[in-house]
Amino acid sequence: MEERRAEPHDGNTDGVSRRDFLRTIGVGTLEAAVLSAAPLPSEGAPAHTGDLVPLVLTVNGRRNALEVEPRWTLLYVLREKLGLTGAKPGCERGECGACTVLIDGKPRYSCLTLALEADGHEITTVEGLMQGEKLGQVQEAFVQEDAFQCGFCTPGQVISAEGLLRKTPHPGVAEIRHGMSGNLCRCGAYDHIVKAVQHASEIRK
Amino acid sequence: MVDHTPHDSAWAHVTGEAVYVDDIAVAGVPLVGYVFSSPHAHARIRSFDVRDARSIPGVYAVLGSQDIPGENQLGPVVKDEVCLASGEVECVGQAIFLIAAETEDLCREAAKRIIIDFEPLPAVVDLPAAMAGGMLLGAPRKIERGNAAAELLRAPHTLQGELHTGAQEHWYLETQVALSVPGEGEELLVYSSTQHPSETQALVADVLGIHRNDVVVEVRRLGGGFGGKETQANHPACWSALLARATRRPVKIRLFRDDDMSMTGKRHPYLIRYEAGFDAEGRLLAVTLELHADGGMATDLSFAILERAMLHVDNAYFIPDISVVGCVWKTHLPSNTAFRGFGGPQGMAVMETIIDRVARALRLDAAEVRRRNFYASPDRVTTHYGQVVEGDRLQTMFARLVASSGYGERRSAVREFNTTQEFRRRGLALTPVKFGISFTTTFLNQAGALVLIYADGTVLVNHGGVEMGQGLHTKIRSIAAAELGLPLARVRVNATNTSKIPNTSATAASSGADLNGMAVKRAIDTLKERIGPAMAQLFNERYEGELTRAEDLRWVRGAIIDSEHPERMMPFVQAMQAMHLRQIPLSAAGFFSTPGIGWDKVSGKGRPFLYYAFGMAVTEVEVDLLTGGHTILRTDILHDVGDSLHEGIDRGQIEGGFIQGAGWCTTEEILRDENGRLLTHAPDTYKIPTAGDIPPDFRVTFLDGVPNPLAVRNSKAVGEPPFMLALSVWLAIKDAICADAGGEPHFPIPATREVILNAIEELRQLTAEHARA
Ligand code: FES
Ligand code: FES
Repeated sequence: MEERRAEPHDGNTDGVSRRDFLRTIGVGTLEAAVLSAAPLPSEGAPAHTGDLVPLVLTVNGRRNALEVEPRWTLLYVLREKLGLTGAKPGCERGECGACTVLIDGKPRYSCLTLALEADGHEITTVEGLMQGEKLGQVQEAFVQEDAFQCGFCTPGQVISAEGLLRKTPHPGVAEIRHGMSGNLCRCGAYDHIVKAVQHASEIRK
Repeated sequence: MVDHTPHDSAWAHVTGEAVYVDDIAVAGVPLVGYVFSSPHAHARIRSFDVRDARSIPGVYAVLGSQDIPGENQLGPVVKDEVCLASGEVECVGQAIFLIAAETEDLCREAAKRIIIDFEPLPAVVDLPAAMAGGMLLGAPRKIERGNAAAELLRAPHTLQGELHTGAQEHWYLETQVALSVPGEGEELLVYSSTQHPSETQALVADVLGIHRNDVVVEVRRLGGGFGGKETQANHPACWSALLARATRRPVKIRLFRDDDMSMTGKRHPYLIRYEAGFDAEGRLLAVTLELHADGGMATDLSFAILERAMLHVDNAYFIPDISVVGCVWKTHLPSNTAFRGFGGPQGMAVMETIIDRVARALRLDAAEVRRRNFYASPDRVTTHYGQVVEGDRLQTMFARLVASSGYGERRSAVREFNTTQEFRRRGLALTPVKFGISFTTTFLNQAGALVLIYADGTVLVNHGGVEMGQGLHTKIRSIAAAELGLPLARVRVNATNTSKIPNTSATAASSGADLNGMAVKRAIDTLKERIGPAMAQLFNERYEGELTRAEDLRWVRGAIIDSEHPERMMPFVQAMQAMHLRQIPLSAAGFFSTPGIGWDKVSGKGRPFLYYAFGMAVTEVEVDLLTGGHTILRTDILHDVGDSLHEGIDRGQIEGGFIQGAGWCTTEEILRDENGRLLTHAPDTYKIPTAGDIPPDFRVTFLDGVPNPLAVRNSKAVGEPPFMLALSVWLAIKDAICADAGGEPHFPIPATREVILNAIEELRQLTAEHARA
């Protein structure tokens, strides 16, 4: 069976993730701890009311001036501070994809991204894919293909599909299966999800 | 029936608007609830001190068993599972204290400051040890027909062996979660991700020492359940309720993924011993089976699951003489629980192993041996518990699937492939499923509904079932719309709420649509009976001539029409306004209980199931002999869903069930250390299937033209049966590695790479021995 990939989707290293952030500041041991089996604090909630740092998060085209603790994850801030609950906590350790958002058009696990890292970048969540009052193309394709069951993984799947199609507008089936393999669906709606991505790619043609 | 209509929540799912418990906003920020749990599999609690933990500013409560105002008990059937440990802990992850604080980190800080002194006790953390120690959780069960032991002695051929099937983690994407909101006085509103709101309500009331009419449990939807939230969602609900009650604040508990995996129960691992006698044609003559289940630390649903396993050991096959004994053993592990298939997979796996071995022993094609053993009229139709298997559905499905999948030609192609390849082998397997639909605890087969029509012509449907991804609300909405002759847009299904429908059964046993759909239909029938005469009267006041009779009224195309005088027609909206003015009550309750079933647990005889759901699959795999890795190449499924209530949903259930089953059969391995600690507690070590694992060629077909008169709108339940179609993956792998070897390898479930490699090595040695001899 195909191995799951630790990093979402395209494997690009030019985006921002907690891993890269830690690497750049050179905290090797901390990195190891974060990536090991040790549980992470849920959604990066604060250990103490530490110093708050101002930042501006641009989410779905809207600028939000906020004060955050440096250790808060983007997922936590989106859900708890901005009330955008589309991105879901599925594992909070970068393995399920339920929390996927686009950062500058690339899919990223928001549970492994610090809110501060996203400062100055364009964030798109599933709430931001609507085209006015209408569903976006990927959203529409997911509806047409019944590409969900319980729906909990769906926001992440939709965002990943959007990211995949922005990078590769007309992917083959193998590319879709590979590109979507960072998003788990326990209901097993995969066949429909793959069809939905194909469908969306056709709408875009 | 209504088809290709989008899922009830399609829009909400793709826009992120769908609300799950963790997304609910309540007035005031809820406190974070946290569970302090046992690090030991078995230990005595000598002493503890929570004063320091309680003193932290921002920590609102630290509760132990002594702080429970009601009963310290969560056992759903047998009262053998405490809510919070007192005196002794019996598994790693068992809850001991509950903490509520402003933030999760304050909770963790408080947990660190709890002082507790354990005296470790000897722990039994696997099934063989429990069996050696005689740790039965209850009296063994037996179902038999004829005299299998005697017939085994007479049989021309016999074989015997042991099969291990592994645990399986539910891995619902949404972890266990509950939010409790205190109201006036004793009132408590609990938002819970539970498959069984009424039981959650009952247990919350019991632990708080209040009454059920004080507690409302509401469930909008679950982010997956699969059985894992049938009883074990009660725990977080009761914990959050205790904390909410103590703090008088809303409290939310959402388990972190690793904690969820470590603390909650799994599919029961089974050890099954078997002996089978058969004739030269491969027909089974007699089978004896011993089923041993690892129940974990408490009973939970273990006996109901065992019962279903024992009722499904025959799978699709007539076995003249059979004896089935079942035991549940206690281990110091989290209590194992319901999981899609509910014992069925374990029971069927052993029979499929037997047939597979019979075929290999006789050098016959396994599919043909299966066909020869199918239930078939006229005289091979009765199961070991006495229920008759309808018609020759299995034979029909076999013929169709063998043809549509090209089984014969592909068998030759596989043989050809295997003779030309050095390090790759292909394998093919056809396996059937016959799955009984109904709760085997007969009284549970009941459901209630409450249908409200508003004077603007819109309809709100309440029922007792829970939406957990199986599309229940979509099906119910279709049923209601079809019965009322309305477009879907006029009908909405409400969140499941215990203050609307009382005393419901769990949404389980694949019966959600059957039971609740019928209850909704009954409610609508009542409304029609009331409205019919009043509408007839209204028409008769307006129109001259022959009278309109209530029984001639039809509810179609958004209107009520006199079928004898079609000009007498009134749109639904106007009709309901008129009825409201005429003081006709526009809401009605409906109730349904499954007729004609009954099952005597003691004698092991009866008709436990209303009907059977059938399915059949052919899977082809390729195995890499060097790595033990496998790839599914193609799967063909033919499934009997009766008249499908919703094609997209039923197809999704079949594919999703099959994939989940394939996970259980192959990559999903639960490992623990010798102290009972879970080693596979995250997705990096526990491998559930991904998009890359689905068969690249996946052909799912419904058996058409087989309406099922026994269920709502001629449909059939579809939630669980497809899970077991994945046994075809497991046996195709075995077929591949046994392709050119003489002998039977150990081949447990899951067949991980390690298992496959070991089996290849075992076969190599067997073949070498063979050659020497
Ligand atoms: S929650 Fe972020 S990957 Fe699972
Ligand atoms: S739809 Fe349930 S996890 Fe994907």
